[in-house]
Amino acid sequence: MNGLTEIRWHGRGGQGAKTAALLLADVAFSIGKYVQGFPEYGPERMGAPVTAYDRISDKNIRVHSNIYDPDFVVVVDDTLLKDVDVTSGLKKDGAILINTEKDKEEIIPLLNGYEGEVHVINARKVCKETLGKYFPNTPMLAAIVKISKVIQEDVFLKEMETSLKHKFAKKPEVLEGNMKALKLALQEVC
Amino acid sequence: MAIKERMSGNEAVAFAMKQVNPDVMPAFPITPSTELPQFVSSYIANGEMDTEFIPVESEHSAMSAAIGAEAAGARTMTATSSAGMAYMWEMLYVAASNRLPIVMALVNRALSGPLNINCEHSDSMGARDSGWIQIYAEDNQEAYDNFIQAYRIAEHKDVMLPVMICQDGFIISHGVQNIELLEDEKVKNFVGEYNPRHYLLNADETLAVGPYAVSCYGMEAKRAQAQGMINAKQVILDVAAEYEQVSGRKYGLFEEYCLEDAEYAIVAIGSVCGTIKDAIDNLRAQGIKAGLLKVRVFRPFPGREMAQALRSCKSIAIMDRSESFSSQGGPLAAELSAALFQAKSQAEVIKIVYGLNGRDFTVEDGEKLFADLKNIVQNGSKETEEYRYIGVRE
Repeated sequence: MNGLTEIRWHGRGGQGAKTAALLLADVAFSIGKYVQGFPEYGPERMGAPVTAYDRISDKNIRVHSNIYDPDFVVVVDDTLLKDVDVTSGLKKDGAILINTEKDKEEIIPLLNGYEGEVHVINARKVCKETLGKYFPNTPMLAAIVKISKVIQEDVFLKEMETSLKHKFAKKPEVLEGNMKALKLALQEVC
Repeated sequence: MAIKERMSGNEAVAFAMKQVNPDVMPAFPITPSTELPQFVSSYIANGEMDTEFIPVESEHSAMSAAIGAEAAGARTMTATSSAGMAYMWEMLYVAASNRLPIVMALVNRALSGPLNINCEHSDSMGARDSGWIQIYAEDNQEAYDNFIQAYRIAEHKDVMLPVMICQDGFIISHGVQNIELLEDEKVKNFVGEYNPRHYLLNADETLAVGPYAVSCYGMEAKRAQAQGMINAKQVILDVAAEYEQVSGRKYGLFEEYCLEDAEYAIVAIGSVCGTIKDAIDNLRAQGIKAGLLKVRVFRPFPGREMAQALRSCKSIAIMDRSESFSSQGGPLAAELSAALFQAKSQAEVIKIVYGLNGRDFTVEDGEKLFADLKNIVQNGSKETEEYRYIGVRE
């Protein structure tokens, strides 16, 4: 990968795909990487398909185009599979991660014959057990870190704790739930 | 020691605004502007800067208030984007012709229609004759650095003109990337205190700003204004040289990338230049002599200097992210072609319109354009029109 990892996020407006992409860029930055995190702006409305991107590299990043041949794709909502060609350009030696309640076997036929690795996670279940509310971007972030290996898991958890502590200084209960969600997601993704 | 951070272009320019901490910021705080004035107003609300923020009811009022504040003797800034700047139009000319060194952060986005919020240079390019200095950025780092240099240029006694600090909408303004920030003290020392020579609130010197000029005076005022723009070229270079001492980052009127021995060159403005640099590295590895001239300063227009920098090139593509409907290319292409003609350049020139309404431009697009430039030289003819679009479905 020449030290450059490119990740494309597909979500629906309001699910936090953009936020997750920016969070991933944040964590990668905190361990000394060069990063880009950016959304592709379309019609801004709840529920509309949204795309966001991450570039993570050991070298300065100059390119300013969207990502067409990603190493990894994250799908935050499996209803997108019938509307969006999520595996478009996805590298064969990369992987796709999908948030779904379905089994991997049910999902694979929906991926236009993608030959690379397929991973699934039930982010709704993870959220229910840890946050009590459905914020799929938190478990998806942990899951893509595990699959892409852009950051070591223990380093990731440590950095996230520091960052969430800072962000939710006045709401410590939010910190605990999010950390649990991240840890559970690392176990649940398969 | 530089402070390593990651920020969007908007965050970076808002941070520069905080560090410069001007006296007054009138701004229309919501769409069509970006989140930039919102970031600044948060800094003010948190007591991190003491700029007087004036939330106005329109951009016409924003520029009017900026003119009033600057004429009164206050260091003034504003921020807007696309249709917001279009609504300032009348007052842009008033600010420049009254020689008011206001600094405006502009996020370049398309003007309607079709209704579109994405990156395009049509907003600032339309205002190229308004008398504002225009400085463009490739990334968040340059947008930040340009803003810090802006007041030193605008307020220079030989210039006294407003400055527009432009960055590409969404691609830079909303994209998060690494950046190196200067310490507050370094910025403060570099920018310095504002001591206007003539201002309305000076009780010892009565003054009129913006009075009627009959035809026996008006033209002299315009000529003096033009001189300020002519002088700006050297001032921009001097300020950049001083900024390099502080930041370690080098700036000029334009940047030359692999241009020294280039046979084929692209000339462009803004974020696309980073993408083209990647294309050039790929082509140089294959032995193709490709180069880039990245325009930083569009007003004043460094035409003679650019023609000189392009002298070794056999073919040149001039890229515009705005359409001027002249039927022969965009504003950069028109002005640079004229400069190349004056310099008696023999290079083949093609005029490219790209990236309208946020249409993407990829490394492959850059490589393909260089292949076209090479083909023009080798086959001695242009296969397609010399004024053409890239990335459009015909």
